[in-house]
Amino acid sequence: MHQLSRRDALALGASGAALTLIGLEDRASAAAKEAADVINQFTGGKTPANGKVSIELPEIAENGNTVPLSVAVDAPMTADNYVSEVIVVADGNPNPGVATFHFSSLSGKAAASTRIRLAATQNIIVVAKTSKGEFFTNQKLVKVTIGGCGG
Amino acid sequence: MAEKPRLKLPSDVKKGEVIEIKTLLPHVMESGQRKDKDGQTIPRKIVNKFACEFNGKPLFSVNMEPAIAANPYMQFHAKIEESGAFKFTWTDDDGTVTTAEEKITVS
Repeated sequence: MHQLSRRDALALGASGAALTLIGLEDRASAAAKEAADVINQFTGGKTPANGKVSIELPEIAENGNTVPLSVAVDAPMTADNYVSEVIVVADGNPNPGVATFHFSSLSGKAAASTRIRLAATQNIIVVAKTSKGEFFTNQKLVKVTIGGCGG
Repeated sequence: MAEKPRLKLPSDVKKGEVIEIKTLLPHVMESGQRKDKDGQTIPRKIVNKFACEFNGKPLFSVNMEPAIAANPYMQFHAKIEESGAFKFTWTDDDGTVTTAEEKITVS
Protein backbone atom coordinates (compact mmCIF):
# COMPACT_ATOMS: atom_id res chain seq x y z
CA MET A 1 0.00 0.00 0.00
CA HIS A 2 1.18 3.45 -0.83
CA GLN A 3 2.07 5.27 2.29
CA LEU A 4 1.09 8.94 2.57
CA SER A 5 4.04 11.17 3.29
CA ARG A 6 3.57 13.79 5.96
CA ARG A 7 3.56 16.44 3.22
CA ASP A 8 0.80 14.67 1.23
CA ALA A 9 -1.33 14.25 4.32
CA LEU A 10 -1.04 17.95 5.14
CA ALA A 11 -1.91 18.96 1.59
CA LEU A 12 -4.96 16.68 1.61
CA GLY A 13 -6.10 18.07 4.91
CA ALA A 14 -5.71 21.62 3.70
CA SER A 15 -7.63 21.07 0.46
CA GLY A 16 -10.36 19.26 2.39
CA ALA A 17 -10.68 22.21 4.73
CA ALA A 18 -10.78 24.62 1.78
CA LEU A 19 -13.56 22.59 0.13
CA THR A 20 -15.63 22.62 3.32
CA LEU A 21 -15.21 26.38 3.54
CA ILE A 22 -16.30 26.87 -0.06
CA GLY A 23 -19.37 24.71 0.57
CA LEU A 24 -20.38 26.76 3.60
CA GLU A 25 -19.77 30.04 1.83
CA ASP A 26 -21.89 28.96 -1.14
CA ARG A 27 -24.79 28.18 1.14
CA ALA A 28 -24.44 31.44 3.03
CA SER A 29 -24.18 33.53 -0.12
CA ALA A 30 -27.20 31.76 -1.66
CA ALA A 31 -29.27 32.68 1.41
CA ALA A 32 -27.96 36.26 1.29
CA LYS A 33 -28.88 36.49 -2.40
CA GLU A 34 -32.41 35.24 -1.69
CA ALA A 35 -32.71 37.87 1.05
CA ALA A 36 -31.54 40.56 -1.38
CA ASP A 37 -34.13 39.34 -3.92
CA VAL A 38 -36.93 39.62 -1.35
CA ILE A 39 -35.87 43.18 -0.51
CA ASN A 40 -35.56 44.10 -4.18
CA GLN A 41 -39.09 42.86 -4.82
CA PHE A 42 -40.37 44.90 -1.87
CA THR A 43 -38.72 48.15 -2.98
CA GLY A 44 -39.44 47.59 -6.67
CA GLY A 45 -35.73 47.83 -7.44
CA LYS A 46 -35.09 51.07 -5.50
CA THR A 47 -32.15 51.22 -3.12
CA PRO A 48 -33.40 52.05 0.38
CA ALA A 49 -31.67 54.87 2.28
CA ASN A 50 -29.87 54.06 5.52
CA GLY A 51 -31.38 55.39 8.71
CA LYS A 52 -34.72 56.16 10.40
CA VAL A 53 -35.09 52.46 11.25
CA SER A 54 -34.02 51.15 14.64
CA ILE A 55 -33.74 47.45 15.43
CA GLU A 56 -33.57 45.95 18.89
CA LEU A 57 -32.16 42.42 19.01
CA PRO A 58 -29.83 40.64 21.41
CA GLU A 59 -26.19 40.65 20.29
CA ILE A 60 -25.96 36.97 21.17
CA ALA A 61 -29.04 34.75 21.05
CA GLU A 62 -28.47 31.63 23.12
CA ASN A 63 -31.65 30.01 21.81
CA GLY A 64 -32.48 30.62 18.15
CA ASN A 65 -36.00 29.27 18.69
CA THR A 66 -37.24 32.47 20.22
CA VAL A 67 -35.33 35.70 19.77
CA PRO A 68 -37.01 38.96 20.84
CA LEU A 69 -37.13 41.53 18.03
CA SER A 70 -38.34 45.14 18.12
CA VAL A 71 -38.42 47.45 15.14
CA ALA A 72 -39.25 51.14 15.14
CA VAL A 73 -39.29 53.71 12.36
CA ASP A 74 -38.93 57.43 12.98
CA ALA A 75 -41.99 58.87 11.18
CA PRO A 76 -44.78 61.38 11.93
CA MET A 77 -47.57 58.80 11.35
CA THR A 78 -50.10 61.41 10.15
CA ALA A 79 -52.81 60.66 7.57
CA ASP A 80 -50.62 61.85 4.66
CA ASN A 81 -47.19 60.76 5.88
CA TYR A 82 -46.89 57.42 7.63
CA VAL A 83 -44.94 54.19 7.44
CA SER A 84 -47.16 51.77 5.56
CA GLU A 85 -45.08 48.58 5.50
CA VAL A 86 -42.02 47.17 7.19
CA ILE A 87 -40.38 43.90 6.12
CA VAL A 88 -38.01 41.84 8.22
CA VAL A 89 -35.58 39.57 6.36
CA ALA A 90 -33.07 37.09 7.78
CA ASP A 91 -30.13 36.36 5.45
CA GLY A 92 -29.15 33.00 6.98
CA ASN A 93 -32.48 31.22 7.52
CA PRO A 94 -33.84 28.46 5.21
CA ASN A 95 -36.39 31.05 4.00
CA PRO A 96 -35.35 34.70 4.14
CA GLY A 97 -38.81 36.14 4.92
CA VAL A 98 -39.63 36.68 8.60
CA ALA A 99 -42.57 39.08 8.72
CA THR A 100 -44.24 42.00 6.97
CA PHE A 101 -45.84 44.59 9.24
CA HIS A 102 -48.62 46.79 7.86
CA PHE A 103 -49.15 50.05 9.74
CA SER A 104 -51.77 52.77 9.26
CA SER A 105 -52.21 56.38 10.34
CA LEU A 106 -54.24 54.94 13.27
CA SER A 107 -51.10 53.14 14.51
CA GLY A 108 -49.76 56.27 16.25
CA LYS A 109 -46.24 54.81 16.19
CA ALA A 110 -44.47 52.73 13.54
CA ALA A 111 -43.14 50.27 16.09
CA ALA A 112 -43.76 46.59 16.74
CA SER A 113 -42.21 43.73 18.68
CA THR A 114 -42.37 39.99 18.20
CA ARG A 115 -40.26 36.85 18.70
CA ILE A 116 -38.45 35.22 15.81
CA ARG A 117 -36.55 32.04 14.91
CA LEU A 118 -32.95 32.17 13.71
CA ALA A 119 -31.19 29.11 12.26
CA ALA A 120 -27.66 30.46 12.65
CA THR A 121 -25.58 33.59 13.16
CA GLN A 122 -26.81 36.07 10.55
CA ASN A 123 -27.93 39.58 9.64
CA ILE A 124 -31.47 40.77 10.22
CA ILE A 125 -32.40 43.36 7.62
CA VAL A 126 -35.38 45.67 8.09
CA VAL A 127 -36.79 47.80 5.25
CA ALA A 128 -39.55 50.36 5.80
CA LYS A 129 -41.80 51.87 3.15
CA THR A 130 -43.57 55.19 3.73
CA SER A 131 -46.91 56.31 2.29
CA LYS A 132 -44.88 58.69 0.08
CA GLY A 133 -43.02 55.76 -1.50
CA GLU A 134 -39.69 56.30 0.29
CA PHE A 135 -37.64 53.36 1.57
CA PHE A 136 -35.40 53.21 4.63
CA THR A 137 -33.30 50.35 5.92
CA ASN A 138 -31.08 49.17 8.72
CA GLN A 139 -29.56 45.82 9.71
CA LYS A 140 -28.15 44.06 12.71
CA LEU A 141 -25.97 40.99 13.19
CA VAL A 142 -27.10 38.39 15.71
CA LYS A 143 -24.80 35.63 16.92
CA VAL A 144 -26.83 32.47 17.47
CA THR A 145 -25.54 29.78 19.83
CA ILE A 146 -28.24 27.11 19.20
CA GLY A 147 -30.13 27.33 15.91
CA GLY A 148 -33.92 27.45 15.86
CA CYS A 149 -34.72 25.39 12.78
CA GLY A 150 -34.57 21.74 11.79
CA GLY A 151 -33.83 19.16 14.50
CA MET B 1 -59.72 24.42 17.55
CA ALA B 2 -57.10 26.93 18.44
CA GLU B 3 -56.55 27.99 22.02
CA LYS B 4 -57.79 31.25 23.47
CA PRO B 5 -55.65 34.29 22.59
CA ARG B 6 -54.23 36.52 25.31
CA LEU B 7 -54.63 40.30 25.09
CA LYS B 8 -53.21 43.14 27.13
CA LEU B 9 -54.35 46.73 26.57
CA PRO B 10 -55.81 49.55 28.67
CA SER B 11 -59.60 49.93 28.92
CA ASP B 12 -59.70 53.69 29.61
CA VAL B 13 -57.61 56.27 27.77
CA LYS B 14 -57.45 60.00 27.10
CA LYS B 15 -58.42 61.24 23.63
CA GLY B 16 -55.42 61.22 21.28
CA GLU B 17 -53.37 58.92 23.47
CA VAL B 18 -51.06 56.34 21.86
CA ILE B 19 -51.51 53.02 23.63
CA GLU B 20 -49.53 49.79 23.57
CA ILE B 21 -51.31 46.54 22.69
CA LYS B 22 -49.85 43.10 23.39
CA THR B 23 -51.28 39.92 21.91
CA LEU B 24 -50.30 36.27 22.06
CA LEU B 25 -51.91 33.23 20.48
CA PRO B 26 -50.89 29.78 21.77
CA HIS B 27 -49.88 27.94 18.57
CA VAL B 28 -47.09 25.49 17.59
CA MET B 29 -46.05 27.47 14.46
CA GLU B 30 -44.71 24.26 12.89
CA SER B 31 -42.09 25.57 10.47
CA GLY B 32 -42.12 22.75 7.88
CA GLN B 33 -38.33 22.44 8.37
CA ARG B 34 -38.34 19.91 11.18
CA LYS B 35 -38.22 16.14 10.75
CA ASP B 36 -39.83 13.55 12.99
CA LYS B 37 -37.91 10.57 14.38
CA ASP B 38 -38.50 8.55 11.18
CA GLY B 39 -36.90 11.27 9.08
CA GLN B 40 -40.22 12.47 7.63
CA THR B 41 -40.65 16.21 7.29
CA ILE B 42 -43.35 17.50 9.64
CA PRO B 43 -45.70 19.54 7.42
CA ARG B 44 -45.82 23.29 7.89
CA LYS B 45 -48.68 24.60 10.02
CA ILE B 46 -48.43 28.22 11.05
CA VAL B 47 -50.60 31.24 11.67
CA ASN B 48 -49.71 33.28 8.58
CA LYS B 49 -51.73 36.43 9.22
CA PHE B 50 -52.60 38.56 12.20
CA ALA B 51 -54.81 41.63 11.85
CA CYS B 52 -56.20 44.28 14.16
CA GLU B 53 -59.15 46.53 13.28
CA PHE B 54 -60.52 49.45 15.27
CA ASN B 55 -64.19 50.30 14.71
CA GLY B 56 -64.04 48.36 11.44
CA LYS B 57 -60.98 50.21 10.10
CA PRO B 58 -57.70 48.32 9.53
CA LEU B 59 -55.16 49.48 12.12
CA PHE B 60 -52.29 46.98 12.02
CA SER B 61 -51.58 43.61 10.43
CA VAL B 62 -48.68 41.22 9.98
CA ASN B 63 -47.92 38.57 7.38
CA MET B 64 -46.02 35.90 9.25
CA GLU B 65 -43.49 33.42 7.90
CA PRO B 66 -42.28 30.20 9.59
CA ALA B 67 -39.48 32.33 11.13
CA ILE B 68 -41.98 33.64 13.71
CA ALA B 69 -41.49 31.78 16.98
CA ALA B 70 -44.11 29.45 18.49
CA ASN B 71 -46.99 31.16 20.32
CA PRO B 72 -46.82 34.25 18.07
CA TYR B 73 -46.48 37.39 20.16
CA MET B 74 -47.19 40.82 18.70
CA GLN B 75 -46.78 44.15 20.39
CA PHE B 76 -47.89 47.30 18.54
CA HIS B 77 -49.51 50.68 19.08
CA ALA B 78 -52.77 52.52 18.42
CA LYS B 79 -53.70 56.19 18.56
CA ILE B 80 -57.14 56.43 20.14
CA GLU B 81 -59.39 59.36 19.13
CA GLU B 82 -62.78 57.81 20.02
CA SER B 83 -64.31 55.06 22.10
CA GLY B 84 -64.77 51.80 20.27
CA ALA B 85 -63.90 48.18 19.83
CA PHE B 86 -60.81 46.36 18.63
CA LYS B 87 -61.15 43.19 16.62
CA PHE B 88 -58.18 40.83 16.46
CA THR B 89 -57.97 38.05 13.86
CA TRP B 90 -55.45 35.22 13.48
CA THR B 91 -55.57 33.13 10.28
CA ASP B 92 -54.07 29.64 10.20
CA ASP B 93 -52.54 27.92 7.11
CA ASP B 94 -55.54 25.54 7.13
CA GLY B 95 -57.99 28.47 7.06
CA THR B 96 -58.95 28.32 10.75
CA VAL B 97 -59.68 31.83 12.01
CA THR B 98 -59.41 32.79 15.68
CA THR B 99 -60.91 36.10 16.73
CA ALA B 100 -61.02 38.24 19.86
CA GLU B 101 -62.61 41.59 20.67
CA GLU B 102 -61.87 44.23 23.27
CA LYS B 103 -63.60 47.55 24.03
CA ILE B 104 -61.89 50.81 24.90
CA THR B 105 -63.40 53.99 26.38
CA VAL B 106 -62.16 57.54 25.86
CA SER B 107 -62.66 59.55 29.04
